[in-house]
Amino acid sequence: MSAVILFLTVLAVIAGWWLSQQRLTAKPWLEEGPAGDFPGGDAMAWPAAKVGLGVFLAVASALFVLFISAYSMRMSVVDWRPLPVPRLLWVNTGVLVLSSVALQWSYVAARRHDTEGVIIGLLAGGASAVIFLAGQLLAWQRLGAAGYFVASNPANSFFYLLTAVHGLHLTGGLVALGRTSAKMWRGAEIAEMRLSVELCAIYWHFLLLVWLVLLGLLTGWTDDFVNICRQLLS
Amino acid sequence: MAVALILLLVAIGSVLFHIYSPWWWTPIATNWAYIDHTINITFWITGFVFVAVIAFMAYCVFRFHHKEGRRADYNPENKRLEWWLSVGTGVGVAAMLAPGLVVWHQFVTVPADATEVEVMGQQWQWSFRLPGKDGRLGTSDVRNIASDNPMGLNRDDAHAQDDVVIESGELHLQVGKPVKVLLRSVDVLHDFYVPEFRAKMDMVPGMVTYFWMTPIRTGTFDVLCAELCGAAHYQMRAKVIVDEEGEYHAWLDQQKTFAELSPAKAVVKATYQSGGK
Amino acid sequence: MVDIPYEGIRGIPPAEVPDVELYHPRSWWTRYVFSQDAKVIAIQYSLTATAIGLVALVLSWLMRLQLGFPGTFSFIDANQYLQFITMHGMIMVIYLLTALFLGGFGNYLIPLMVGARDMVFPYVNMLSYWVYLLAVLVLASTFFVPGGPTGAGWTLYPPQAILSGTPGQDWGIILMMSSLILFIIGFTMGGLNYVVTVLQARTRGMTLMRLPLTVWGIFTATVMALLAFPALFVASVMLLLDRLLGTSFFMPSLVEMGTLSKYGGGSPLLFQHLFWFFGHPEVYIVALPAFGIVSDLISTHARKNIFGYRMMVWAIVAIGALSFIVWAHHMYVSGMFPQFGYFFATTTLIIAIPTAIKVYNWVLTLWRGDIHLTVPMLFALGFIITFVNGGLTGLFLGNVVVDVPLSDTMFVVAHFHMVMGVAPIMVVLGAIYHWYPKVTGRMLNEALGKFHFWVTFLGAYLIFFPMHYLGLLGVPRRYFELGDATFIPSSAHSLNAFISVVALTVGFSQLVFLFNLAWSLFKGEASGGNPWRATTLEWQTPETPPGHGNWGKELPVVYRWAYDYSVPGAAEDFIPQNQPPRATQLVQGAAS
Ligand code: HEM
Ligand SMILES: [Cu+2]
Ligand SMILES: [Cu+2]
Repeated sequence: MSAVILFLTVLAVIAGWWLSQQRLTAKPWLEEGPAGDFPGGDAMAWPAAKVGLGVFLAVASALFVLFISAYSMRMSVVDWRPLPVPRLLWVNTGVLVLSSVALQWSYVAARRHDTEGVIIGLLAGGASAVIFLAGQLLAWQRLGAAGYFVASNPANSFFYLLTAVHGLHLTGGLVALGRTSAKMWRGAEIAEMRLSVELCAIYWHFLLLVWLVLLGLLTGWTDDFVNICRQLLS
Repeated sequence: MAVALILLLVAIGSVLFHIYSPWWWTPIATNWAYIDHTINITFWITGFVFVAVIAFMAYCVFRFHHKEGRRADYNPENKRLEWWLSVGTGVGVAAMLAPGLVVWHQFVTVPADATEVEVMGQQWQWSFRLPGKDGRLGTSDVRNIASDNPMGLNRDDAHAQDDVVIESGELHLQVGKPVKVLLRSVDVLHDFYVPEFRAKMDMVPGMVTYFWMTPIRTGTFDVLCAELCGAAHYQMRAKVIVDEEGEYHAWLDQQKTFAELSPAKAVVKATYQSGGK
Repeated sequence: MVDIPYEGIRGIPPAEVPDVELYHPRSWWTRYVFSQDAKVIAIQYSLTATAIGLVALVLSWLMRLQLGFPGTFSFIDANQYLQFITMHGMIMVIYLLTALFLGGFGNYLIPLMVGARDMVFPYVNMLSYWVYLLAVLVLASTFFVPGGPTGAGWTLYPPQAILSGTPGQDWGIILMMSSLILFIIGFTMGGLNYVVTVLQARTRGMTLMRLPLTVWGIFTATVMALLAFPALFVASVMLLLDRLLGTSFFMPSLVEMGTLSKYGGGSPLLFQHLFWFFGHPEVYIVALPAFGIVSDLISTHARKNIFGYRMMVWAIVAIGALSFIVWAHHMYVSGMFPQFGYFFATTTLIIAIPTAIKVYNWVLTLWRGDIHLTVPMLFALGFIITFVNGGLTGLFLGNVVVDVPLSDTMFVVAHFHMVMGVAPIMVVLGAIYHWYPKVTGRMLNEALGKFHFWVTFLGAYLIFFPMHYLGLLGVPRRYFELGDATFIPSSAHSLNAFISVVALTVGFSQLVFLFNLAWSLFKGEASGGNPWRATTLEWQTPETPPGHGNWGKELPVVYRWAYDYSVPGAAEDFIPQNQPPRATQLVQGAAS
């Protein structure tokens, strides 16, 4: 569970920092009057959707970190046989990077009020995300064909489970991306769409990051890294 | 004021119930009186806090309930008071925690002279195993379990041959001798629970857990299962009998070893193997 | 205090928050059924939670019948008993209390108390309810599937939960985990709303330190739930895979009913860690909203500011944070690495300090107050007693070595019922008596309310206080029947029978409450907008019940904290949060 604790510590630091800006030590009974008289403590200026996405990313990270914790605890049992990571995953990773880049592009275009750029970026990002998902399915199929079934070893089980959870998150993102693209397509005002595009891009970067972490875990790199850390600690 | 009085009576009634309750822990049969002492300390401290808080509350209700023309004080906080209360609480908590941790240290530190006893749980019965003449328990594995080897002992392990296997559901222990109780399960979680021993621990398939104790009085005690293990959880019973030394050995002599219980072929094979080494 | 029109003072502009595009119901369906109005969603949540909660209540009667009079009721067998405790526990903790506090009270109160028009994502909020309803239906359906609901205990510990020795190991457990997964998804949708609404949609002047403690409690609990529920999600998904696909996340090699199973290598303790990583915060997810609400009840009905508001806020935050590092106190006898015991006992007992501070501050609020013994106040007092009682027995169970003899006995059952069963229910009931006038515009009948309080409070205390002593004696929990054990005297059986009789009485007395709820809806005395003369914003709405959008044309502006009761020099004994200060009082605070 150390990964979770670490993650929560990071969250606690962020929350603590934010709370420290909120004048939690003020004596509210002495502060009568309109808010303007007492700087700090106003509602957040960010749009609700962006705050919402931030909170959601924290929840999704908690989910992934918990899976990772479970992974690392289960891994230490003797019956663990790491499975060979299919080459295809590297290609998929590349595609996912492209997808992220495309959405970033789209976001930059949105800031420059370049409607065409936004649409191109969104479509490219969406298409490459779909390719990524297809690639992941193909990797599953190859592993299955090579005899690495879900239940034959815990390493396999985790492989399928983690890739599936990541894929589902990406699929959810595709729904949001699809709605944004559709609106753009139907000629929505770019100023209105900027936020949606930005949120899609943020979410994509987040999923890319998660994927890289998972990949590190599945290939065993993180494992080596953690071992080094453990030795340093003990 | 009726309300204040009832609130106060709840506190007083609770204390009286505590004092006169016919339901109290069973007479202890092991060295874990320390645990009872820790519980007593906790009762004193928490009991005091309970009565104090409720009495104060009842007094407030009595003294400050609404009357025509009463107006409440305006009193947002009192740093000193809050500070003192926190420190006081901290001291109280420490007074409970410190003995608790000391006794926990004893609980997890098994004395070197403790002899091992194995308890195995399965749905819904208990088996026991003693190490036999060589003083060591042989290895076991669920894969070895068969009708003639209910505890799944390893036939190829020499240490297992003289292990005493008890399927009768009655375990005897010798009074005054520390034992380390090794706990194992072959299916689901169970928990070897003898109220008079105070100590208990879950049995987890795939693991060996343990606790230790020294029986201090003879007698027959009920073994219950304290971890939900399926439909007949409540019927999973056995007995532990704490004997004086003489009786204990008399009982032990009547027990059969693993080798004696095994079919002849297996015994031959086993002697051959251990002889060969 | 005289009302001063806005323009009179310093020309503070009215709130000019651009009116969020408020969704407008077009038909009866979108107004009352697929509504996106948080207040309607709140009522939907509350009714659904109450309905399934009544099922859990009936289950508790059946269990008590069995425990009190073993062998008398042939229609309850050992399997069913286990199914009853499991469904009862799970429903009470998750589908009733969590849903009611966050989905019910959270939805109703957050927007009103922070001065918002609605939740920030109304559509998602609506979805949240429908997913929750689906989860409840899936759960309820397990009563009707072959094999019945799971009997694994609400902790669902593997390997037992998915093996054939446990009732409901087919459909029961599969649907249970599916329902939990749905619940978590639904809750996350709602939770995002509650958190972001508090963060982002507070009206002008509503700084964090001016929030009523109710909002602090619900907000912190929601944040915790958002981070804790994923652990249950992970555990459920993995257990489901173990059951359906034969993976071995949690399943070691074992013998199932005499034959070697296909499983191997998994770790039952891993499940327990995940479960309690969720499970302990869950206790506070139920407790913190109760803490917050009860603070406001006490303050309002004692006509006095809550004592030590700042400490109260800090304590809520501290408890929320600490409760993530105590989970393994549920695992002292689980066979985990024994040295963990030191750490978890210490953190657990440290939480007692901020919790105790909260208790002190509640009773200190009563000191020199002007205590109106209204029904909500009575329930608040009942809460203090039961919570103190349950909190103190928590110190027994948290202190590792003391937990060794007491774990898995009736002591534990008594403890958690007191602290997270009875105590929060006291708050729920008190809160309903308190806010019912706002929701319906009518008061609940007071005489019936008092009767309901005394029967419920004294009854619940009589049920659960003596039960501790059965546990001390050594009576284990989750036992269909005690059978014969030499250490259990026959008087213990009489006590069990007594407890059962009281439990049935308390249970049936809730009919009085249900009757009161229904009767007052039509016949109750009209309440007006602010019957308790309270300060917080929800009582200052232009209409009662609040209309769609809550605030009429303009959002309220907040000028003061939520607890200006009995301010010296003020004409009334309360000053609403949105009442502008008198010009002369602008600089100087009322008192210190
Ligand atoms: C008057 C109301 C209630 C009565 C009479 C009652 C009775 C019981 C009984 C008899 C058991 C089974 C004990 C055993 O054999 O182990 C039980 C278990 C339980 N109850 Fe209640 N209960 C009540 C209300 C509540 C409430 C409000 C909660 C909410 C937290 C709750 C949560 C639980 C839980 C979590 C369990 C454990 C289930 C398990 O062992 O898996 N109960 N209750
Ligand atoms: Cu059992
Ligand atoms: Cu806990």
